[in-house]
Amino acid sequence: MGGKRAVILFLGPALVAIGVFFFVPVLAAFALSFTDFDIYALGSFDYARFVGFKNYAQLLADPLFWKAFRNTLEFLLIGGPLSIGVSLAAALMIQSKLVRWKGFFRTAYFTPVVTTLVAVAVIWRFIYHPRFGLLNYLLSFAGIGGIDWLGDQHWAMPAIILMAVWKNFGYNMVIFIAGLQNIPAELYEAASIDGAGHLQQLRTITVPLLAPTTVYISILTMIGYFQLFSEPYVMTQGGPLNSTLSIVLLMYQQGFRWWNMGYSAALAFVLFAFIMAGSFLQSRVQKRWEAS
Amino acid sequence: MKGLGTVFLYILLGLVAVLTLAPLLWMVSASLMPTGDASAFPPPFLPARITFAHYTRLFTNLNLARYLFNSAFLAVSVTAISLFVNSMAGYAFAKYRFRGRDPLFKLLIASMVIPSQVTMLPLFLMLNKMGFINSYIGVIIPGMASVFGIFLIRQFALSIPDSLIEAARIDGAGDFRIYRSLILPLCKPILVTLAIFTFMGTWNDFLWPLIVMTDDSMYTLPVALANLSLEHVQDTELMMAGSVMTIAPVLILFAAVQRHYISGIMAGGLKE
Repeated sequence: MGGKRAVILFLGPALVAIGVFFFVPVLAAFALSFTDFDIYALGSFDYARFVGFKNYAQLLADPLFWKAFRNTLEFLLIGGPLSIGVSLAAALMIQSKLVRWKGFFRTAYFTPVVTTLVAVAVIWRFIYHPRFGLLNYLLSFAGIGGIDWLGDQHWAMPAIILMAVWKNFGYNMVIFIAGLQNIPAELYEAASIDGAGHLQQLRTITVPLLAPTTVYISILTMIGYFQLFSEPYVMTQGGPLNSTLSIVLLMYQQGFRWWNMGYSAALAFVLFAFIMAGSFLQSRVQKRWEAS
Repeated sequence: MKGLGTVFLYILLGLVAVLTLAPLLWMVSASLMPTGDASAFPPPFLPARITFAHYTRLFTNLNLARYLFNSAFLAVSVTAISLFVNSMAGYAFAKYRFRGRDPLFKLLIASMVIPSQVTMLPLFLMLNKMGFINSYIGVIIPGMASVFGIFLIRQFALSIPDSLIEAARIDGAGDFRIYRSLILPLCKPILVTLAIFTFMGTWNDFLWPLIVMTDDSMYTLPVALANLSLEHVQDTELMMAGSVMTIAPVLILFAAVQRHYISGIMAGGLKE
């Protein structure tokens, strides 16, 4: 159907935009990661030299990189499952047959998702205030006192994780609700005729049938959480003692504050490699799950 | 037993709803308190006296109107341009047969695993050479087309029957005419969803505008707010007013279209 001219007309703008402003930069970033591009090269590209794998070697030897890597992993491995767990629990509660006003709860829980992360980080910085914050006020009733959430290197990352769960769980919850609605009601009816209780139904019907949704959500959450940036930028600037420094924050500081763009590009590719590896791992898990 | 379970469930649901909305309600409340009142123990939930002084100060001393305009202008521009570009491409991928179509589409889909941070350094250098740093164009350029948008529109356009397009062609309509007067109206539901997604995504975006906009007068709201909050750490009430001004527009939009927005995510989640 239709002629060649129409195809060029319709596809041209998108392909040029994506090609020139996405694919070319990806390749250029790869090349950049093998150069010592710095503030001098910013003035004239002639100052940039090819240095082979030097940036990558330097990166692997940099304790700051490993700190950022461990922090990002902590955020991902604790914050990810926690967000998904809360999302699933919320979805199961809302979809329960006993509950009315489903739309109200769904919208209420979803509200933080649409808010601006920077503004939310500003709000939570005050919620975490050691003296006047709402959180410590609530905890004071339980006899817990005076935690300096963002000023203590042991509490800063948990504080950021808690905020991220609050901000994000509504998104995955909505996808879980869609998954739950797709499970045929007859399955539950048949199971309850067979005498299966609620927990048994959850284990034998809901959880297995939600597995594909869960893998999809896990990949989505992982990709998002690997890119942790705004929360530490606004709330802690990566501190205290680099306890909330993330890979992207380090990349930003190296690239756009110190103008070590070659080094920063290497960081970006390491981030990319992690995301690739994570997605691959999770799709393998899904295949194995489906095979069994 | 069943009654007790229901009560317990409602208490739990209500509690989570309170925890979810409390930070946002507190933001609004604190933004109306006189300076210094929020920093007290126990923290006050409601203002002892309502004042709009912080909002006035944001608009008179702190250039907020400018940031608001920058954010709105960028979000509207990116949404309009990307909707146009993506819808043409999505339609072409769905309804035209040409050589290399499927491999090309697969390549685009595969590129979605590349995080946008990878492109930021070279993109900055490119835009710097072109003189687009600290300009609206610099922020708009990477948002002009998106694989996700093309994908969504293609999936939707696939369901349009070929016979409709054939009929229009027999009636003498050209390719662009068919796109404009037949395809676009039929794709309206997905276009609306995509428009909301893009608008909110651009409005809330932080890292790229932070990199591109170097001059205070070009800041978007999130960039300006982050900057202000690092300078005025002590001024809680002012920061809350700034947060209200940043969040309120997207929240109002969300309230107006929430059914559409949430069902869009549900549909996207099912497709994989």
